[in-house]
Amino acid sequence: MSLAEYAKQNGLSKVGAREPLWSYVKHAWQRRDFAYVMALYTNQANNSRNRLGRWWMVLSPTLQAAVYGLIFGILLGGSRPDNFIPFLITGVFLFSFLQGAYTAGANSVSNNIGLVRSLSFPRILLPINALIQQVFSLLPQVALLVVTLLVFQQQVTLNWLYLVPIILLMIVFGFGLATISARLTVHIQDLNKLNPFLTRVVFYVSGIFFSIETVLKDYPLAMQIASWNPVYVYISLARGAMVEGYSMTAGMWIAAVAWALGLFVIGTIFFWRAEERYGCEI
Amino acid sequence: MVAKSKPQKPVVVVDNVNVVYKVFASGRKATRRSAGGGFLSRKLQLREVHAVKGVSFTIYEGESVGIIGSNGSGKSSLMTAIAGLNPIESGAIYASARPMLLGVGAVLLPAISGLKNILLGGLAMGYTRKEINASSDAITKFAGLEEFIDLPMKTYSSGMSARLRFAIAASRDHDILIIDEALAVGDQEFRNRSEARMREMRDRAGTVFLVSHSMKSILDTCTRVIWIEKGELIMDGKPEKVVKAYNKHTGSNTVD
Repeated sequence: MSLAEYAKQNGLSKVGAREPLWSYVKHAWQRRDFAYVMALYTNQANNSRNRLGRWWMVLSPTLQAAVYGLIFGILLGGSRPDNFIPFLITGVFLFSFLQGAYTAGANSVSNNIGLVRSLSFPRILLPINALIQQVFSLLPQVALLVVTLLVFQQQVTLNWLYLVPIILLMIVFGFGLATISARLTVHIQDLNKLNPFLTRVVFYVSGIFFSIETVLKDYPLAMQIASWNPVYVYISLARGAMVEGYSMTAGMWIAAVAWALGLFVIGTIFFWRAEERYGCEI
Repeated sequence: MVAKSKPQKPVVVVDNVNVVYKVFASGRKATRRSAGGGFLSRKLQLREVHAVKGVSFTIYEGESVGIIGSNGSGKSSLMTAIAGLNPIESGAIYASARPMLLGVGAVLLPAISGLKNILLGGLAMGYTRKEINASSDAITKFAGLEEFIDLPMKTYSSGMSARLRFAIAASRDHDILIIDEALAVGDQEFRNRSEARMREMRDRAGTVFLVSHSMKSILDTCTRVIWIEKGELIMDGKPEKVVKAYNKHTGSNTVD
């Protein structure tokens, strides 16, 4: 009798074998508290390093918006999109969340390799932890965004409520980004060097500080393609909801939901398929 | 190797296990299946480190198994593989329950308080918040850190943080437990307490693996010893016999 048969006969199960997808997802859901607490404490730990502590969570996006406003405001001169400051801040803050989800996700497994090699838990909790940290830094930015819009537009409309589903969709989409980039970076470390350029390119093609509609006015096909760019979709939706002079379309909502759900499913499966291989690299 | 036809119930079966690390000669990481990884991986020189070579054994319920061997002999690779943390190249490992490697250090954060780290470490090991809240006083007391538990862990001395790590890791019982000797740390008083706790865990756990360089603690606690050298299983049997052979081997090496 072989050892395998002997083990089977005695009711032993294989160690380190990947769980089926459904029980993996269930298992990860049961352990969600771990990802949340780890994100919360990591955030606290990061803030405790600076004298101004958690104020940096509001200060750094403010400074970021101020710098972009100054540079692009002057640079673009007359060709600025309407209602420029609200337009720009919405774009910059929401973009930084998606960028953060992708970048932090990319490092989530490779930065925690010691953890992966000493404890067993569904590894997908690591990109989830990275994502939750990004949500933590998004929230003060959203508050700041609302304050800025109040100052510039001096009125609140019911449309502002759309920001809630938009952000929820962005978090679901960000989950997909984080899981995909996490696994890719484990296989190809070099991506870490490429990611800054990749996110820069997306920043420039997603119309953060200029209006894509104006630039691509004479190129309908290019506009068609650009309007499926998920980053552009989420930011346009948010502008439509929040910024005066911009509107949401049904097409944008369809694209936003499709991207979020699509990437959520793809990301989960893609990450799960390499589950037993995380940690094997030295 | 099933030869040991004892009537007991097997709890861990290690079947011809190989653990291979692939490292780029430059020290860069390599993917496990890099053969399909395109031209990049072929250009860089890939070095294989064969850490565990075709090891097989069967562990029965209630056994305390000592794992001995020199540094770099593959003990830890084998143990992390048994805990399911390290993918194996070929072969298979079967177990009646998930073997638990006693170790939680990697998840703790120096900048937050000891108490918060207890929660974080407990969650990382898979306990619920409720269970941890119920046992966090006991953990604090065991680590002897009652006055310091609200301070950030970075203010602890290395002995204090090692005590907290051990206290968190050892706070619960497990069916199959893997203990690395490195955990026995701290001052004499704490060492006595942690050794007592380890014995307790051993008694309650069905099966224990103890990785140690201390032949005394191996002889004290194990009912069976496995000696691994250069990734191969050299000897597997009664503690006295294996330790004697191992001592002879290390002794003769130093004379050489």
